[in-house]
Amino acid sequence: MKNNPILRVVTKTLFAPIILYGLYVQFHGDFGPGGGFQAGVIIAAAFILYGMVFSLEELKQLAPPRIVHALMAMGALIYTGVGVASFLLGAEFLNYDVLAKYPAKGQHYGILIVEFGVGLTVASTILGLFMAFAGFDIPKNKKPPKRSPSVKPNASVKKRS
Amino acid sequence: MIDWMFHLPAIIVVIPLLSAIIVALLPSRIGWVCASISSGLSFWAAIALTAHMLDAGSLKRMSYFLGGWPPPWGIEFSVDHATTLVILVITGLGFVSTLSSNMLLFNDIHKDDRSRFFAAWLLTLGGLLGLVMTADAFNLFVFFEISSLASVTLVAMGSGRDKRALVAAFNYLVIGAIGATFYVIGVGFCYAMTGTLNMLDMANRLPLVTDLVPVYIGLAFMVSGVMVKAAVFPVHFWLPPSYGFAPMAVTSLLAAIATKAALYVLIRIMMTIFGGFPDMPLMIMQWVFIPLALMAILLGTVLAIYEKDAKMMLAQSSVAQIGYIVLGFGVATLAGVQSGFIHIANHAMIKGGMFIGLGGMAIAVAGKTRMTSLAGLGRRMPITSTGFLICGLSLIGVPLTAGFISKFYLVSAIIAAGYWQIAAIVLLSSALSVIYLWRLVETLWFAPSDQMETRLPEQAMIYIPLWILAIANIWFGINAGMITGLAKMAATSLFGGMS
Repeated sequence: MKNNPILRVVTKTLFAPIILYGLYVQFHGDFGPGGGFQAGVIIAAAFILYGMVFSLEELKQLAPPRIVHALMAMGALIYTGVGVASFLLGAEFLNYDVLAKYPAKGQHYGILIVEFGVGLTVASTILGLFMAFAGFDIPKNKKPPKRSPSVKPNASVKKRS
Repeated sequence: MIDWMFHLPAIIVVIPLLSAIIVALLPSRIGWVCASISSGLSFWAAIALTAHMLDAGSLKRMSYFLGGWPPPWGIEFSVDHATTLVILVITGLGFVSTLSSNMLLFNDIHKDDRSRFFAAWLLTLGGLLGLVMTADAFNLFVFFEISSLASVTLVAMGSGRDKRALVAAFNYLVIGAIGATFYVIGVGFCYAMTGTLNMLDMANRLPLVTDLVPVYIGLAFMVSGVMVKAAVFPVHFWLPPSYGFAPMAVTSLLAAIATKAALYVLIRIMMTIFGGFPDMPLMIMQWVFIPLALMAILLGTVLAIYEKDAKMMLAQSSVAQIGYIVLGFGVATLAGVQSGFIHIANHAMIKGGMFIGLGGMAIAVAGKTRMTSLAGLGRRMPITSTGFLICGLSLIGVPLTAGFISKFYLVSAIIAAGYWQIAAIVLLSSALSVIYLWRLVETLWFAPSDQMETRLPEQAMIYIPLWILAIANIWFGINAGMITGLAKMAATSLFGGMS
């Protein structure tokens, strides 16, 4: 698909708006439809589109697998980190009230950070799954299946002559 | 200042989950060290929790509101004596098998994959702890999924040595998912009838709707789903292959703790959620649990006798041992439930020790566990094999071992409830289990070996955890008061309801 100019141009044009839309869904999620899961999938879709139109190698240059793997854990770490932070501030695990001066503000910050963590993990996990399946090598040492003698082209040619 | 005691229920679950993430990010060299430290910390926290609960008396209950949202709206972690006992068993055995895991891994898992392996290991541990701790019926399903997905990954990692591990892991995944789905369907029915997901709230509301059929359907779905997870007889068939083909270290972890948490959930559903129900749960326990448990005991023991692979033999015997626990629960008297809890603790120590010992001997012969390849190893590895033998004697219930205590309490509970025939079957199967243990002893000590009779090197990091468990088996066989006391308090708190 790399040689098709329409696909190439459209992908490059759409790449940034898709991510922007993902970020909108991400940060709008606390007072509208959306949130980390949906945003993560949308952002991963931008990268998957890039990988499908160009190649897996180029996708791996854009998003190195090592970083993608680390981001999977980082997202979960951010989530748990918020919980531990509210521990250390003296409230229950994941109680956002204490994260800011006023409980309502704290709830707002808390859910934003937690959802950011969710988005990061979902985006990198979806991308990691895509890379793992797309990069799966079929073993090449298998012999090609033998042709049965009846379909040999030479035989039919001989008959005719 | 942070009040640690107040936060303990959450801390015990958070430690393994948080360190699983951190271990995944760290280099593989230090994966095992971090996993050991974190499982040790959660064991320590569990001891502190138990001590706190013992101070507080027999009907004490601790409750922790996650996120500060009180139940029934928020998720609640609830601790009573039944919870502390199971938490103590899971963290303790988790710690001991983590200690031995690095050596037992041998070359099953590539050095660079170790950090991800230990991440999955800690996720299993954290998932099982959350499963026991939570008082929210739906949150329980989430922890079911966390622990079973992580343990499926662990089982599949056995594919380095034997490709059949992949099939076993896939079966485990699919069957486990069906079990979890059944459970969640059941929760859905009960939620539709009561409008709450909190177990205590549900327990209070269910007696008001006893004339509604969906409640009974919900109970049936929940019980059968959890029975799949706990590997109770007719739905146990995922267990022997997945224990048999998993890496040795994984088997020692899963055999010790994985089904115990599900068994705890089973009794929790019967006695807490449906505790206020007139007779349905009691009928299920007596007419479903007891026959299934008896079949599990007989079938597991007989299959273990004919098994040619030592690891598979112990896995089959696990099916029988789960039968003993379910049988104790099925008797449904205070003494019966107590004996179930005693055997949860003792069987964890026995099977954890046996799998660690078997693994220690198997890695000396390149990881083979067939009976023929183990021949003569008892003579050549005396320290490991003696520890293995002590746990084995405890398995069949020789006096002065922990296994005897569980059999004694189980049989006396059955006789007190008036089931003479069942007590006879239990004693018969105990006698039958001597046969397969004797096959192991014969292979290990008396069978001629075709190799040289030199002593093989024994790893300290395998026989030290093994001997910890072996000594615990003897200690709790002689000085049984601690476990029986804790189990009695556990049973009392279940019977007293949770209010």
